[in-house]
Amino acid sequence: MLTIDQATYDAIVAHAKRDHPVEACGIVAGPEGSDRPERLVEMVNAAGSPTFYEYDSTDLLELYKDLDRRDEEPVVIYHSHSATEAYPSVTDIKLASEPGAHYVLVSTREHGNNDGPVEFRSYRIVDGVVTEEEVAVVPTLTRSES
Amino acid sequence: MAIEVRIPTILRTYTGGEKAVTADGASLGALIDSLEADHPGIKERLVEDKNGTVDLRRFINIYVNDEDVRFIGGLDAELSDGDQVVVLPAVAGGAGDPAQLPAH
Repeated sequence: MLTIDQATYDAIVAHAKRDHPVEACGIVAGPEGSDRPERLVEMVNAAGSPTFYEYDSTDLLELYKDLDRRDEEPVVIYHSHSATEAYPSVTDIKLASEPGAHYVLVSTREHGNNDGPVEFRSYRIVDGVVTEEEVAVVPTLTRSES
Repeated sequence: MAIEVRIPTILRTYTGGEKAVTADGASLGALIDSLEADHPGIKERLVEDKNGTVDLRRFINIYVNDEDVRFIGGLDAELSDGDQVVVLPAVAGGAGDPAQLPAH
């Protein structure tokens, strides 16, 4: 199960709507081993594409150096699909390289840049196997929720 | 010559869980061969054969002293004692056309 606070959830959705129809991408970092998504980091989609996302290689290095310095890891890795459902594509599965992360998919296909509900779903992707998990949105992350 | 190589989570199965290992080589290609000798199987995850030429995999990034090796000669990038090498898989994906992706 992914447990995420309302403010972070809202920020991911807002990012996806803002960048629509381009795919939005980013991570939520948390202390290593904590499974707590605490610090949202919006990334630039260097591909600038409605069907593909990729971090710029310099941004990627900076991100991982920063995580290292803070003893953090990517707890959530999110991106949006702007014309299809919030389910990992063949590309997503093939390129997933963080077996410990929650892969969050947001679909903006219904309302695009406008207000309105989105699909927000979370998965584990390990060795090419996708397992959907429940998403629990809580007012704030507390110590007991991890 | 000793060069520290930072290994990403997904490839630590080859390094017994180690986050960083030591390898040597005067070029990135030689360094990868040195890694392969100590950690069999890892080379195949870093490079691929492209029409008879061995090249870095499209979705693997390697940095020497914070420089993306694609800008400093790729597998021919020169290395010196004390250089820092970081391996990071791309964070990428998307709804797009899987036919555009190279075989994994």
